[in-house]
Amino acid sequence: MKLYELAHSRTGDKGNISVISLIPFEEKDYELLKREATAKRVKEHFSGIVQGEVTRYELPKLHAFNFVMENALGGGVTRSLAVDMHGKTLGFALLEMEIEK
Amino acid sequence: MKTVRIGSGAGYGGDRIEPAVDLMKRGNLDYIIFECLAERTIALAQLERLEHPEKGYNPLFSYRMERILDALKERPVKVITNMGAANPIAAAKKAREMAQERGLSSLKIAAVTGDDVLSRLPEFWDLPTMETGKPLKELKEDIVSANAYLGCSGIVEALRQGADLVITGRVADPALVLGPLVYEFGWKMDDWDHLGKGTIAGHLLECAGQVTGGYFCDPGKKDVEDLWNLGFPIAEIGEDGSLEITKLPGTGGLVSERTCKEQIIYELQDPANYFTPDCTADFQMAEVRQVGKDRVKVSGASGKPNNGKLKVSVGYQDCFIGEGQISYGGHNALQRARLAGEIIKKRLELCGCPFSELRVDCMGVDSLYRETLPQGLEPVEVRLRVAARTKTEEAAQIIGNEVEALYTNGPAGGGGVTKSLRKIVSVASVLLPNDLVSPEVTML
Repeated sequence: MKLYELAHSRTGDKGNISVISLIPFEEKDYELLKREATAKRVKEHFSGIVQGEVTRYELPKLHAFNFVMENALGGGVTRSLAVDMHGKTLGFALLEMEIEK
Repeated sequence: MKTVRIGSGAGYGGDRIEPAVDLMKRGNLDYIIFECLAERTIALAQLERLEHPEKGYNPLFSYRMERILDALKERPVKVITNMGAANPIAAAKKAREMAQERGLSSLKIAAVTGDDVLSRLPEFWDLPTMETGKPLKELKEDIVSANAYLGCSGIVEALRQGADLVITGRVADPALVLGPLVYEFGWKMDDWDHLGKGTIAGHLLECAGQVTGGYFCDPGKKDVEDLWNLGFPIAEIGEDGSLEITKLPGTGGLVSERTCKEQIIYELQDPANYFTPDCTADFQMAEVRQVGKDRVKVSGASGKPNNGKLKVSVGYQDCFIGEGQISYGGHNALQRARLAGEIIKKRLELCGCPFSELRVDCMGVDSLYRETLPQGLEPVEVRLRVAARTKTEEAAQIIGNEVEALYTNGPAGGGGVTKSLRKIVSVASVLLPNDLVSPEVTML
């Protein structure tokens, strides 16, 4: 199944870093996402876009995750050649990632 | 317990004004903030100020201020904004003039300056930039601005001096909210826990509509009522740092646990260490609870000492970006667009167009995610987009011209060409010691 079925997301940016939240609709799915949506898997998923490290932070009381993806925005928001220079649409690509239920 | 009601009237430089006016009139607010300064905006404003010394503040300043001042006539609310950009004093003078015209001559207006550290940069040429790790001095010839993210102390001082309208340049976004809280509650500047709690309030307000259902709706999955009429947020903050987020009745939008979760995490990196000039806020154990319709209680944030550093955005003349677009439709549209892209690459080589980076996208197919997502069915329309980075304006011009030439020389059926050329001022960031600057308050 796709993450889209279980979770929502919002994307922000800082320089050349893309920051994507992953928030399950139901708190009970937090552990499942913790197991499936690892930093390693997310880095693989974005291998065509993200050149740097991917770090996952956990927010246990919000039941949510924050993925910090380095070297992800074509040199940075102010100079990127991309249509979406902020990478605002990347969160919806994360939600397309397949996981095992 | 004393509480303060703070509204948010803008989440970015070009934001709507009507929801802000509505908040000022009906929100029973003590304060309203307008956050209008993105990373690069201040560098562009600095360039404007160089050409016109009386300008360099937010381009919508007068438009907004007319409406803000009219609303103030109906009900007093203290206004705090970073719309001063590269020239807070000039903005404050303009506001003074406008207030006078409206019979608001008793309005006290303050400008907060001190963020401009351009003249101090040579002391720090060897510092690495956060973007590339290369020393700042490599950009030396091209630098146009350097502005430090100030904390809230200048705003606090302006309020102590009785300001009704505080206009700043670069300050950390949450400082627009932390300032009035420190002033109202007398929080000490080493009361890290309260500063952290005030910072999460600022963080939730700084993007205005993004916490009240803006940037959230996904029809059928995450629905939001009357998004066209999105109401902007109100934070009710208690002296103990307690916090509730809500919005006005009769507006569209949604304040839910989900909208608040998305906005708490938005643009954080390590949630346990959110660096600001005033404190290192810790949102890791933040919690949200729906306590009423469109009302969410946020708790669990705390703070630690600041890291002794100020982030400085250094604006520099970087490059030009030339761009052209053309659409193809119907059978085989994607193949024609791809061929057109190949033609452009060969043509740029033939013309000897000097570029340092080239990007060719098929919009509708791979412009957002490249090959990251599996491709679906053959698209019925595709827009080819070619963009290149160049040193000179002449070279950048070639890109759009070559795309335009696909009309008569390219694949069948291309239409709707647009071309553009942008002069790019980029931003590099460095960390400077925080004793380098002290905010100054000028009352006008």
